[in-house]
Amino acid sequence: MDFSIGSDLFGYHVLWTILWTDILIFFLVGAITLFLISLRKNPENRQRWRQVFSTRLGMSTFVIIMAYIAIALVDSIHFRKALPAVEGQGSEQIFYSNTVNSLLDLALGEMGEQHERTYSAPFALKSWNKENLLLPGGERVRDYPVLKYGGQHLKNDEDKQRDIALNSLLGLGKGLALALLLISLHARWLKKRSKSSEPDLPWRAGWITFAIIMALLGWLITLGNLYHVLGTDQAGNDTLYESLKGIRTGVLIGTLATLITMPIAISLGIAAGYFKGWIDDVVQYIYTTLISIPGLLLIAASVLLFQVWINNNPDFFEVGLEKADAKFLALCFILGITSWTSLCRLLRAETLKISQLDYVQAAHAFGVSHFQIIRRHILPNLSHIIIISFVLDFSALVLAEAVLSYIGVGVDPAMASWGNMINMASTELSREPSIWWNLSGAFFLMFVLVLSVNLFSDLVNDAFDPKTQLEAA
Amino acid sequence: MFAYIIRRLCYAIPILIGVNLLTFILFFIVNTPEDMARAHLGDKYVTEQAIQEWIADKGYDQPLFYNPQVSGLEQLTSTIFFEKSIKLFAFDFGNSDEGRNIRSDVVDRMGPSLALALPTFIIGIWVNISVALMVLMFRGSRLDRFAVAVFVTMMSVSYLFYIVVGQFFIAKVSRLVPVSGYNEGIDGWRFLVLPIAIGVIAGIGAGARWYRTLFIEASGQDFARTARAKGVSEAGVLFRHVLPNAMLPILTGVVVVIPSLFMGSLIMESFFSIPGLGSYLLDAIQAQDFAIVRAMVFLGSVLYIIGLILTDISYTWADPRVRLN
Amino acid sequence: MSKESVALSVDQLSVSLRHSPYTPILNEVSFELRKGEIYALVGESGSGKSVAALSILRLLPDALKITQGRITLSDTNIFGLTEHDMCSIRGKKIAMIFQDAMTALNPVHTVGQQIEETLKLHTALNRDEIRDRCIELLGEVGIPEPEKRIDWYPHQMSGGQQQRVMIAMALACEPDVLLADEPTTALDVTIQKQILELVQTLTRSHQLAVLMITHDMGVVRQTADRVGVMYQGEIIEQGNCADFFANPREDYSRRLINSLPAMDSYRADTEEVPLLKVEDLAVHFPVRKGLFQRIHSYTRAVNGVSFTIGKGETLALVGESGCGKTTTGRAILNLESVTSGNIWYNNQPLNTLSRKEMMPLRRKIQVIFQNPFSSMNPRMTVGNIIEEGMVSLGLPLSASERQERIEALLTRVKLEPEHRLRYPHEFSGGQRQRIAIARALAVEPDLIICDEPTSALDVSIRAEVLDLLLELQSELQVSYLFITHDLSIIPHIAHRVAVMKDGQIVEQGKAEQVLKQPGHEYTRQLLAAVPTHHTKAS
Repeated sequence: MDFSIGSDLFGYHVLWTILWTDILIFFLVGAITLFLISLRKNPENRQRWRQVFSTRLGMSTFVIIMAYIAIALVDSIHFRKALPAVEGQGSEQIFYSNTVNSLLDLALGEMGEQHERTYSAPFALKSWNKENLLLPGGERVRDYPVLKYGGQHLKNDEDKQRDIALNSLLGLGKGLALALLLISLHARWLKKRSKSSEPDLPWRAGWITFAIIMALLGWLITLGNLYHVLGTDQAGNDTLYESLKGIRTGVLIGTLATLITMPIAISLGIAAGYFKGWIDDVVQYIYTTLISIPGLLLIAASVLLFQVWINNNPDFFEVGLEKADAKFLALCFILGITSWTSLCRLLRAETLKISQLDYVQAAHAFGVSHFQIIRRHILPNLSHIIIISFVLDFSALVLAEAVLSYIGVGVDPAMASWGNMINMASTELSREPSIWWNLSGAFFLMFVLVLSVNLFSDLVNDAFDPKTQLEAA
Repeated sequence: MFAYIIRRLCYAIPILIGVNLLTFILFFIVNTPEDMARAHLGDKYVTEQAIQEWIADKGYDQPLFYNPQVSGLEQLTSTIFFEKSIKLFAFDFGNSDEGRNIRSDVVDRMGPSLALALPTFIIGIWVNISVALMVLMFRGSRLDRFAVAVFVTMMSVSYLFYIVVGQFFIAKVSRLVPVSGYNEGIDGWRFLVLPIAIGVIAGIGAGARWYRTLFIEASGQDFARTARAKGVSEAGVLFRHVLPNAMLPILTGVVVVIPSLFMGSLIMESFFSIPGLGSYLLDAIQAQDFAIVRAMVFLGSVLYIIGLILTDISYTWADPRVRLN
Repeated sequence: MSKESVALSVDQLSVSLRHSPYTPILNEVSFELRKGEIYALVGESGSGKSVAALSILRLLPDALKITQGRITLSDTNIFGLTEHDMCSIRGKKIAMIFQDAMTALNPVHTVGQQIEETLKLHTALNRDEIRDRCIELLGEVGIPEPEKRIDWYPHQMSGGQQQRVMIAMALACEPDVLLADEPTTALDVTIQKQILELVQTLTRSHQLAVLMITHDMGVVRQTADRVGVMYQGEIIEQGNCADFFANPREDYSRRLINSLPAMDSYRADTEEVPLLKVEDLAVHFPVRKGLFQRIHSYTRAVNGVSFTIGKGETLALVGESGCGKTTTGRAILNLESVTSGNIWYNNQPLNTLSRKEMMPLRRKIQVIFQNPFSSMNPRMTVGNIIEEGMVSLGLPLSASERQERIEALLTRVKLEPEHRLRYPHEFSGGQRQRIAIARALAVEPDLIICDEPTSALDVSIRAEVLDLLLELQSELQVSYLFITHDLSIIPHIAHRVAVMKDGQIVEQGKAEQVLKQPGHEYTRQLLAAVPTHHTKAS
């Protein structure tokens, strides 16, 4: 979907391009924020969230997760640059590039456009493979060609170490300076609204994490524009850039698939548990049927069939990224539709339990309507299950993406994704000598995200699960 | 007991019909055979005739549900629905789009799949439970917290990463076992050791952590306190009281998977070139061979439903409170 | 008392939370248990009495820590022992029985296996001897057919029998000390009496030193030789049982003793203006069985119950758990579908009404539940909870009128108007029960069904809630159907009584008449089991 609003961005003339997934992710992030704000009203919930954030671990992992989400959101604002006018072209008519860029690309500078010919090692000045070169003298030799971009600002190759050290300091300094500025603003804001009644949260842990992330980003962006910090892949793309672009895919698959899961699971689960009788029978039948089909197979079959549909309707999409995006959205849908069953089962069981409780009986005795009972008495008391399962599913989905990409039913190869990168790495490792950097970039980013989410979800679980609450008491 | 199993089997029928209908809709309504032919024959410039030939060849040229061109019972039987869906109930999977008989392929490939999946499954459970019990002995200590941190870290690592790195270090760098391959019979073990080891290790994080939670839950219950008050040692409480009670949730999670072991592991088998059902399916997916995928979806569901029934039966054995009726 | 008769002594025992050592759970608690004697430790929930018992066995939960003190068991300091030595004391020298036998017994082992385990650990008997001893023990605690029942699982037995098994298990190795943590709280009154008598007999015959932990002064009176009163982690008073009841020193002790109701003042009659009439009410639940899950038979929860309640009158519906009294209440509220029979409210039939037709009548009949912790949605403010009924039943009030009424109601039930902005978990059990009363009153009902409204409350609060209910009755002329298992509060609250057993009313009439001259054998049994002032301590 294109907005035909041309506008100026840092001197470029751009055409804003809005992908379906972009709309959904912003909608979803908004919805989650509103949901969490609405939860704050109840002091019990506030208490629980406070418990999550009162640990240093909770604060740090939350900052890390937020950093990922922020990058994903920045990477979800897309546009197409105007092409430089070609001769003979009408002055009013502007043609736009077929590559869709995002704000993240702007933030990363030239990183995404520095394509080499093929593999190169991290910080290398020369290519990984020998090629036939034509020396200026007309002589042909077989040697490692010099890279087009990596380290080419150097006048002298011996300066490399010094240059890296210098630019590292510069990058780290920039990042830290920005971080410190933001932290001091936050600290002042905290001071202003500080109420002495509530004990302080471990802000320091959050600030330190934030400073580290900012310093790291500053370093990566500064050096990444001068060298290939994590080398290049087979097609000569910068690995660091690809890994960073993979963040959006990872975060989106985790959130969008759950966005689709939630409404189905919540409405069917509550309906089955509350109304019982034939509604319960039907819902149970549907989810037993879906559960009994092996998940991976159902996903594979659905994705295959969607691929057939896309191939037969190629005119539907204007640019390559839109096709990839449609495929990606379909993947999220399929993941969502195949994975609502477990949450639905949990919610049904819990609803059965709650609707036996005295306060629901009291509401019946007051003649409260079914809808109001569900809205006021049942849904709010299910929120902890919904939150826990949302956080738990998130990391599972990020990991699943890699596996699905390997099977060939995952994200479109045109889209940067950690799964695709790890899959390529399996053959790259077996080369002599092995190419390890492609794996490491994707692995590291994915690992940090999944680990943070897992640790955070443990804390959320401890705070919200009534069972662990009991244990603590 | 017998009546119960019969009743469960009767319940399975509508579910299998549901699975069948769902796959039918997915494979024949969402995409017509023509779409599939186009996808299969590749580029867009294929002739209409080639498409029609492909459709006729695969037997997709009949009407979906009702065939008015023939008479009698055949009006219902010579349809796609009967040929491709109803016949699955008799485990008649027909031929793959490549023209091979699917049933004999499946039978051939079950052996290698089981040779990999069964040891991984059994050793995996054994290792996970032992690790969880060991950690539980030190409950509340620094070792416990450290172990939990290790579990979370291990489960945050992608499955693919375990395989890639395991293959790289064990098979390539230290050359202890072959990188991949398969051999029938006893000396095939050399090929299986690495995938089994990787499968077990990759599962420890999530598995041991789950068992630990189950055990902690069971050991916090009143009967564990009673046992301690009787003078039973902590180890005795764990093995004689906690473990048998924690068996119940473990059984729900574990028994249901057993029949599905026949299906093999998609990823393991393809990484290690083991000619099992997993790699069969993966090849079929990558070659877009819909006949195989359809057959496997059905087979998988049947095995899962058998797993559900087995779970219920194992419950009566593990929990005296449950009587099947 | 000579020193030899002391089996176990606790000196200056203090326990605190591990993470905040300045919050004492127990504060310098000292007492001693003597052979052949029952020492009752009495107090309300959270006073620390169970912690004291668990400290003796060194089985405190991880969150708690013993900070000082000494526990001596026949010259051995228990805190000086290794964990291994401690294991040979637990079950052999000191045994414990718990409140809820259902959960305290391991569900996957047979009763025999669980008793045998203790014997295997602490004696050198061989397998056959152990089994014989087991059967003997089961016989001793009064389990019929012990040879057969030894192979039963706990769930196959009734609650009383399960508690007997617990006792048999505790006695297996002839311990010196028996710790009993609320052993009868989960049981019906008639069973409670039997179990207490069993403990008493065994104390004498085995020369046991018993620590009886309870919140129920009736139990103390009935069983104990000496008594200690626990309040906020301290023993504020202890002494001989008879002296204690005759002459309590502390205010708090006096309050506890006075919570035992006097069974001699009855309420005056009311004039007969019938409000609710129940005629031949039956509620049956289907039991499904077999291949096709056909309805095999019915559980007759309520089976032919008839009674009337007059305006401003209280009818107490008495019976033990499972007798169908709660189901009767739910049927009147139209929360349970009636199988047969009729319910008339002001000569208007209730049980044939649809959900919609019932609406105007819902205002007239309200309910208060037993458990104040589950009867209010934890996610709504007190104000919203009280307001909900007014809104849903369409009372013609504006928002500000509703606010006024909420504040008035809160004041009426002796809470602050500001409490409307708070959430239920911020209140104690007794306060919550008052909120529940305010909620019921908000729609101005004529009849309130009180389903065991005081049995989840501590004894000292019970009287306050009951008095509040009485006050409201005389003020608003509201009628109560008071469902309870506790006969002792009936003279205080009820005009008339109906005794229910197995879904049927076996006897009903004026409270005084039923309690003084019970006509039915079952009523007599119930009455005999009630621990009151008149039941003499042995």
